Amino acid sequence: MSARPSGVMRYRHMITGGLLVLTAIVAAVVSFYWTPFDVTQLDIANKLKKPSAEHWFGTDHFGRDIFSMIMVGARTSISVAIVAVGIGMAFGVPLGLAAASRRDSLLDETLMRINDLIFAFPALVIAILITAVYGASAINAIIAIGIFNIPVFARLTRGAALSLWERDFILAARVAGKSKFRISFEHILPNVLNLLIVQGTIQFSLGILAEAALSFVGLGAQPPLPSWGRMLSDSQTMISFAPHLAIFPGLAIVLTVLGLNLFGDGLRDYFDPRIRRDSR
Amino acid sequence: MSTGKKLPTSAVSGSWRRGLAAVAVTVAAVLSVGTAFAAKTDITIGMQLEPPNLDPTGGAAAAIDEVVYANIFEGLTRFGSDGSVKPALASSWEISEDGLTYTFKLRTGVSFHDGSRFDANDVKFSLDRARADDSTNAQKQLFTGIDTVEVIDPETVKITLAQPNGALLFNLAWGDAIVLSPDSFDRARTEPVGTGPFRFSKWAQGDRIEIVRNDEYWGEPAKLEKATFKFISEPTAAFASLMAGDVDAFPVFPAPENLPQFEADPRFTVVVGSTEGETILSTNNQQAPFDNVLVRQAVAHAIDRKAIIDGAMFGYGTPIGTHFAPHHPSYVDLLGNSTYDPEKAKALLKEAGLENGFSTTLKLPPPSYARRGGEIIAAQLRAVGIETEISNLEWAQWLEQVFRGKDFGLTIVSHTEPMDIGIYAKPDYYFQYDNADFQKLITDLESISDPDQRSELLKQAQTIISEDYVNGYLFQLAKTGVASANIVGLWENAPTQANDLTAVYWKD
Repeated sequence: MSARPSGVMRYRHMITGGLLVLTAIVAAVVSFYWTPFDVTQLDIANKLKKPSAEHWFGTDHFGRDIFSMIMVGARTSISVAIVAVGIGMAFGVPLGLAAASRRDSLLDETLMRINDLIFAFPALVIAILITAVYGASAINAIIAIGIFNIPVFARLTRGAALSLWERDFILAARVAGKSKFRISFEHILPNVLNLLIVQGTIQFSLGILAEAALSFVGLGAQPPLPSWGRMLSDSQTMISFAPHLAIFPGLAIVLTVLGLNLFGDGLRDYFDPRIRRDSR
Repeated sequence: MSTGKKLPTSAVSGSWRRGLAAVAVTVAAVLSVGTAFAAKTDITIGMQLEPPNLDPTGGAAAAIDEVVYANIFEGLTRFGSDGSVKPALASSWEISEDGLTYTFKLRTGVSFHDGSRFDANDVKFSLDRARADDSTNAQKQLFTGIDTVEVIDPETVKITLAQPNGALLFNLAWGDAIVLSPDSFDRARTEPVGTGPFRFSKWAQGDRIEIVRNDEYWGEPAKLEKATFKFISEPTAAFASLMAGDVDAFPVFPAPENLPQFEADPRFTVVVGSTEGETILSTNNQQAPFDNVLVRQAVAHAIDRKAIIDGAMFGYGTPIGTHFAPHHPSYVDLLGNSTYDPEKAKALLKEAGLENGFSTTLKLPPPSYARRGGEIIAAQLRAVGIETEISNLEWAQWLEQVFRGKDFGLTIVSHTEPMDIGIYAKPDYYFQYDNADFQKLITDLESISDPDQRSELLKQAQTIISEDYVNGYLFQLAKTGVASANIVGLWENAPTQANDLTAVYWKD
């Protein structure tokens, strides 16, 4: 198929994406053990220093090392996104499976209409609502982002599961006397897992963006915990004379999200049997 | 006592600067051809906070006075731009020998904006209302000691005091003591009717308030025909609005880090003046462990004021060691009581039985002095073992939780009222300092009119609160004013919360 990239190209994208994501993850993990400078240590005398051999990405308005802050910020972003996607999957997938197993029943209708309701709200508005009511913190940001992940996974799981329920091997399992519950977990779930993983990487990148957006408006991780979004928001009034304050956290967000999207696209192609056959 | 100073402009050479200015003037002249060479007669003033209402006798918010004081409302006396007390609706007054009766001669021919005549009954009504038991006046203590207000004739009011009060004329100059008419006082929150040089025109909530010149004004009329107060809370938006010319002046520009850019731009003048804003690390004196003076002292020694002024305010601000404006003649330099000494702070914590430190809350309102100052203070406190949980609050939440609810350990706020050391004599005020000696001292102060004696008591009051480490005293807020270079007549300093536009005009 001429419209699709060749195998090598596709893998190149996936590898680029994977490397970008890996960099962010490594930075986050390493930050637990080592950062060039202590991010909670303020050094006002050395504020707003340009990038140099000592401070690779320069220092911010409190004289903190921006490189170190981005490393620790990666931790915040990634952990918020992982847990949020985890919440979405943990609730969304079982709900989707349950709804699909009782197609058109009251249960199905109820679950899906509640999902529609949550889905109808813009995700960030829900997040702002939750953090406004329960206070701004990384935990509440996680919960807020997690909640709007639930309908995404519930719908995806239900849609994919519904078509599987029509298949012969499921019929065979039913004839063999397995309960709907067992079939859902033993036969349906393994067959929708690929889809879930692909969707998971996309939701992961959306989670990082959402965390950055919430932190930008002050509703995410609270100081002194560094966060990419808050670094951007703090830099707003200083962009004109200290652009490095905005460039580096901005790049961190862009590259991580880009990496996740490239990686997710690659995974989708990899799991898609049609494309796989084409490229053989 | 004008301590406001023009900052040196950038390093650009003089001739080059003059060249730029000439170009700017030429451009301005070309642009103003359309308006027939006339100077502008309207102004747009930028403010970070919108007032919750427009009745200065029914709210504590500084933003109320910043719109209406001296523009819409006047009292018997008023503050001048240098902080001196001047006659306003009272043209003169006589004080009896014993200091107990003040006879005010009122101006004649004054009318309210709704056309009704101003006379002594309005004064009596306003003062009686402000000091009534059910009064909602935010500064009720200004009127304590007033025994009766009598109307002698329509142009004369006699105020009798229970005991002499040397600060009466000063107190009556506050925005909280302005004169309202009994016919229109209940509308003041949304449609204020006063006697000032401007009348209220329109309030587009969340955006702006417009006032227009009062052509029936009793005194010298305002030079401007119209003024708009535009509310821009985001510092970046404030910067953009000035640069784009949507706003002509920001009397208190919210982002000090941008001032050098305005200084380097010939279209603007930057005037850094003084305010009455004591910026303090306010401490809940009734909450453990802050009920222990050793802990409060430890906090005071853990704070590095220089780092806070440089880091949060980019160098704008004067360190203070007590709750008093450094430009006031009675100020005592008590910075020595709370020098930056983390080791001493640790030792004091140990003495208080808290060698392992403790954790508390640090609730921060929106201004950058609080948000940025809070991060710096949190790091400084952490260095001596005090963990703070920072929460950033909007003003409404701050007023609710901290100011009214007293649910906080530490907070940062600037007290912008002039001569407000008396708040330390109110045990139910949000930081809840309860010291009978101090309360007696303030009561004594109220009854003394001899300037030297007053000054002596004020110095004692400053020393008591400094040595009791009631709050962490950080710095006096600077008035970081940015205005179009052609505007004349804005206040350099802020001796009270006001944007007095009476004398403002545009140069041709």
